[in-house]
Order: sequence, then C-alpha cells, then structure tokens
Amino acid sequence: MSNKQDDIIICRCEEVTLGEIREWIAKGYDTFDELKRVLRVGMGPCQGRGCRDIILREIAKMTGKPYAEIPPGRFRPPAKPVKLGAIAKAGEAE
Amino acid sequence: MTWKNTADAVIVGGGIQGCSIAYHLAKFGMKNVVVLEKNTVCSGSTGRCGAGIRAQWGTEMNCRFGLASLEKFEQLHEELGMDCGLHQGGYLMVAYKESEFEQLKKNIALQNKLGIKSRVVTYDEAREICPGLSADDAVGFTYHNRDGHADPFLTTFAYQEAAKRLGVIFHKFTECMDVKVENGEVKGVSTNRGDIYAPVVVNAAGGYSQEVAKMAGVDIPNFSERHEIIITEPVEKGVCPPMLMSFSGNYYIQQRPHGSIIGGCSPEGHPEDYTCGNSWQFLEKMSKTITKLLPRTKGIRVVRQWSGLYNMTPDRQPILCEADNVKGFYLSVGYSGHGFMFGPISGELLAQKILGQEPRISIEPLHYKRFERGELIIEPAVV
Repeated sequence: MSNKQDDIIICRCEEVTLGEIREWIAKGYDTFDELKRVLRVGMGPCQGRGCRDIILREIAKMTGKPYAEIPPGRFRPPAKPVKLGAIAKAGEAE
Repeated sequence: MTWKNTADAVIVGGGIQGCSIAYHLAKFGMKNVVVLEKNTVCSGSTGRCGAGIRAQWGTEMNCRFGLASLEKFEQLHEELGMDCGLHQGGYLMVAYKESEFEQLKKNIALQNKLGIKSRVVTYDEAREICPGLSADDAVGFTYHNRDGHADPFLTTFAYQEAAKRLGVIFHKFTECMDVKVENGEVKGVSTNRGDIYAPVVVNAAGGYSQEVAKMAGVDIPNFSERHEIIITEPVEKGVCPPMLMSFSGNYYIQQRPHGSIIGGCSPEGHPEDYTCGNSWQFLEKMSKTITKLLPRTKGIRVVRQWSGLYNMTPDRQPILCEADNVKGFYLSVGYSGHGFMFGPISGELLAQKILGQEPRISIEPLHYKRFERGELIIEPAVV
C-alpha cells in the first residue's frame, strides 16, 4: 500500500511525489525550506498553496513533532504571479 | 545528531564553501570534520545566488579559478553521485560603451592565453546564440560556450551528501558564538549547543564572515551588501539560452534548464546591509530590463523575488588563506558574488592547504594581507 501512496503527486507545479518527499525527510531534510530547496516543492506558480500543508503534516508524522511546531517555511513575493510586461509598464505614465 | 566535543576540523558555514571544503578534507583523508550551520545547509548566500558559472574573467587569478571550477562542474555528477543541474549555454557579455568593449577584448586576450576559448561575436552571431535578443544599442559582445548554469541547491546538497558518506558531521541550527584562541593558536569554537575543541577552524560564513573573523581576533575589510533577484514561471526552452550579462547595462539574465528565467542586477550605491528584504523598485527595474532585452518575455509571469548577501572585499576577489596571527584559523570568504561558481575549486585548494599540501593553483595572492600591502588584484568583470 505504501508504494502506491509514494506515487501520489503532492506538489503539482513541480510534479514531486510523496515518495520523494519521504525519502528526503528520512535523509534529514526535515524542514519545509530544505525540502523546497532540494525538490523544488512550493517553488512553482502556486507558491506552495497546494502542497505546503500536506508536506508539513508529513514532516510532523516522520519526526514525531507536533504539527504546530513545524515552521511553515518562507513565503516570498509576489503573492500571485504577475506578467513581466505588466510590471514593466506599471512605472510609466498612462 | 550526537554531539562530540572534539573534531579535527570545524567549518563555520554550510554554504557551497563550507560543504566543498568539508567534502575535500574528508576525501583527502581527514577523519573528524564537523560543519556548523546557523540555519540549514544552503539557506544563506549560496541558496540565494544567481546560479551562473563562468570562466570569462578579467584577472588571471579569477580566470584560473573559473576554468578549474568549470572543469570540476563538468564531472561533478559522476564524482558526487548526484545531478547538479549543469547547463552550459554560455555567457554572452554585452557591452554598451566603447571603453567597456575594449576591456572585454582585453579580458578575452587574457582568457585565450590561459586556455579559455572565449571570443568576440557579432550582433548577428549573438542573436543566433540568443534568439529574440534586442540589443541595437550595444557596441559589442563576447561569448564563451562552456560558461553557464548549475543548480546551487543541488550542487551544495550533493557535496553535503558525499561528505556525509565520508563521515563528515553536519549540525544545522547551530551557530558559532565564539572562536577560542590561545597563544596565537586556534583551539575550537563555542556554539549555542556547546563547545567543540579542534586544531583547525575554517571561516566559511559567507555574509557573516567579518563577524566570525572578529571572534578569532582577525581583522578583514569585508562587508556585505544585499542583491535582489527575480525568477519567472517555467516556459519552453530557448527563450534565453545563454547567461546575458552586462556590466554597464547592470544585469544578468538566464533561463534555467528547468525553464524558469532568473534575473538580477547590482543595487544602486552598494549599501552595506545584512537584511534580505525585497523592493518594488527592483522588481520594476528588472522587469523593464528583461522585457527590453527579450521583448517576447512580456507575457511570462514573475513567480518569486528574493535577495541575498554578496560578501565584498575591496578588490572583489576572495580571501582564501590561513590567518597570519592565528595558527589553524582559515578563511574562505569575500567572494564578492562569485562564491558558488568558485566553490568546487576553492574547497579543493583550501583542503590541500589545511592538510599541508601544495594547492594545485597557488592561493598565496589571496591572503588578506594584500590589502595592507596595497597589492590589490582588482577584478573589472563584476555585476
């Protein structure tokens, strides 16, 4: 059963599976930011909105720490993806 | 991780320098190597860098380091057993002033003499290398096809994992609070988790190198400045295959093998800074630069912006040496924005030095005493 679970895609932007996430937590990469850096989870256009909670729960489960004590990781701007052209034009007078 | 209060060497800093030095020390036979990282490995300057690797430099020292490091990157996957995201799309240097182009041509002559096959290219050639490039206002271009990109995270983690297999211990969330020195010899470090006694301590603390040097009573002229970067959503390959770089244009832009486009520039006025914030001004300026150079990127979305610290020296070349007044205290700091790309070679050279061997490229000119003696080796080719 666990093998089937391992194939589940958790980060849809970067297509990262539960199996990969578990493998790296087991290697000691047990914070969200470390997993982000090694697997790119949360680096896609959704900025981790889809995968963050699932990954934090997985870290809590595997490390035995309460969910509330797992740091959520860094959030970076912009809150939503914005087109380069739109930003470039924003500074110009209409 | 169990805590041992003795080691053969303690390395302060878990960025590319610290991980590469640790790996090479263990590879060359040192047994008890410990790396201290105050946050997590690759969370500082390395993990925030622009990911470029190049041999197109303006001083002999940097050309030698750049070429030797490229050679190491080219076989790193095999050596460390992990893909490091290497992509050699070349660096296309863009000059907007005649004087700048003259300097680039001088750099090319030096590079060619040292075995780097860089060359001057025409605007037409530049547009073959980078389709869609719009640089009518440029006066000249140079190109080296072996330059390019490597993934800073994967490269650093590959060094960490290989070092772990050789017995190196990594302590994350462990901050060096003091360096113990007695009678001109280093004795170890104090951390927030306890003391470790060691005859060798290496300062590889990136943006905080001047603070760690001070703990050992070593005075270096380094300071840190904040540089900002943006990255876009991934798009199809071919939008910006080489690293586009210009010193007068003040930019570097490259598409990663993964498809996202990364771009950065130097901050105005070069303020000393330890904070890694983000500014709207940078986002706007960088978006203007990218869309002017590559007009077809207008519809590509920015997904993230961040910043990191350049640890600067007065001549923008690193400090790589043993302290003259504290035996056993080594420094690998002050890379001035190029620590990631030099990491593979500088780690090897410092490990050789620590083990009493002759480094295969002389690092004597990189002692911080050069600043006192006025023997600066000023690098002209820096964004």
